[in-house]
Amino acid sequence: MNLNVVKKSPWILHYDGTSCNGCDIEVLACLTPLYDVERFGIINTGNPKHADILLITGSVNEQNIPVVKQLYEQMPEPKAVVAVGICATSGGIFAECYNVAGGVDKVIPVDVYVPGCAARPESIIDGVVKALDILAEKKKKMPKKRIGEK
Amino acid sequence: MMSVLKIIGIIILAPVVGGLLTGIDRVITARMQGRQGPPVLQPFYDVLKLMQKESIEVNSMHRFFVYVSMVFAVFTTVIMVSGGDILLAIFALTLGSVFFVLGGYASNSPYNTIGSERELLQIMAYEPMVLLTCIGLYYAEKSFFIKDIVMADKPSILYLPGVFIGLVFVLTFKLRKSPFDLSMSHHGHQEIVKGITTEYSGKDLAVIEVTHWYEVIISLSLVYVFFATSAPGSRVVAAIVCLGVYLFEIIVDNCAARLKWQHALNSAWIVTGVMGTVNLVILSFFMK
Repeated sequence: MNLNVVKKSPWILHYDGTSCNGCDIEVLACLTPLYDVERFGIINTGNPKHADILLITGSVNEQNIPVVKQLYEQMPEPKAVVAVGICATSGGIFAECYNVAGGVDKVIPVDVYVPGCAARPESIIDGVVKALDILAEKKKKMPKKRIGEK
Repeated sequence: MMSVLKIIGIIILAPVVGGLLTGIDRVITARMQGRQGPPVLQPFYDVLKLMQKESIEVNSMHRFFVYVSMVFAVFTTVIMVSGGDILLAIFALTLGSVFFVLGGYASNSPYNTIGSERELLQIMAYEPMVLLTCIGLYYAEKSFFIKDIVMADKPSILYLPGVFIGLVFVLTFKLRKSPFDLSMSHHGHQEIVKGITTEYSGKDLAVIEVTHWYEVIISLSLVYVFFATSAPGSRVVAAIVCLGVYLFEIIVDNCAARLKWQHALNSAWIVTGVMGTVNLVILSFFMK
């Protein structure tokens, strides 16, 4: 079967950690008529079990570490993680806070880093498109299950 | 031999047409919102992708029910399109919906449970009207067999305008369109997550999607039955009306917000009571 199908229908789960909500708003701006990410088959699912790409804005703190981990673990393989905005990549302006663990990569493996404060919708879309190649790569590496195998 | 080929043809072609209609639906919806929208083949890309994804198993039953539900949807489609007994088709379809609800309950997730409860309410809302449609068609054409109904001299719509309006009203439930997309919707991704499908992933979700394509075909073939007669020209008219009804549902979908279940149930029953029953009473008065 055509492996590229994975790249044609990326469903996204968006999670907002510790941030000013700037990147959050820019992610939602991608769904508006001006940027319209549904052109690429991208859907904002709001459900980890349907999602292919985890889009995280904002840094992780002690409170949301288990949340981020659980969302990541609930996503079916193959999956990719995109850290959007400087807070998600390194902690950004919140890095020094006593409760902030740092970037998303402190908790779960991140595949694509999208810099910016706030990250522009163009660069967010660009980051997701980069993640598509990684998804296709991960799909190839997935072990093939035999029929009847759990 | 021919009938076997015909059945295989229906089983393969129905989801293809259903998927294409869903794709056109998504493009029209996007255009109505001022967006460009996905490619027309996007539903097929989605399903093929889901086939390749990992299926997370909550327990063995909740996957089993979804597959059984699809088997009944396929069975119903074959009966409807090959001109079989409409009553049998409707009962098989209901059984499929019930299995789908059982699958929702089997996963024990709160989102799925709410979705299942809403799906049950939807079945309660649309089922009386669908049954009245069958009864009305029998009254008008004196047969439960679709192949007899579509070979009548006059189209059934002449006898059953009220029943037809009622049917179009409840098809909104079956096509999972706003304002009656309580249990799962194409758009309301944030409310109760994704309703009855929340716990499904990978192949199981693909099966649910394909089942929905079959249901689109079943819904539209119910509309088709009202307009088709023995005249070949009427078949074209019936197909155009089917597309018109689908377009109408898309427009309603984009214009309406989701209703509370009380309103959905009440309005469906009121329309069934007024449009369906009154139509049948008048019909029984004239058709002695």
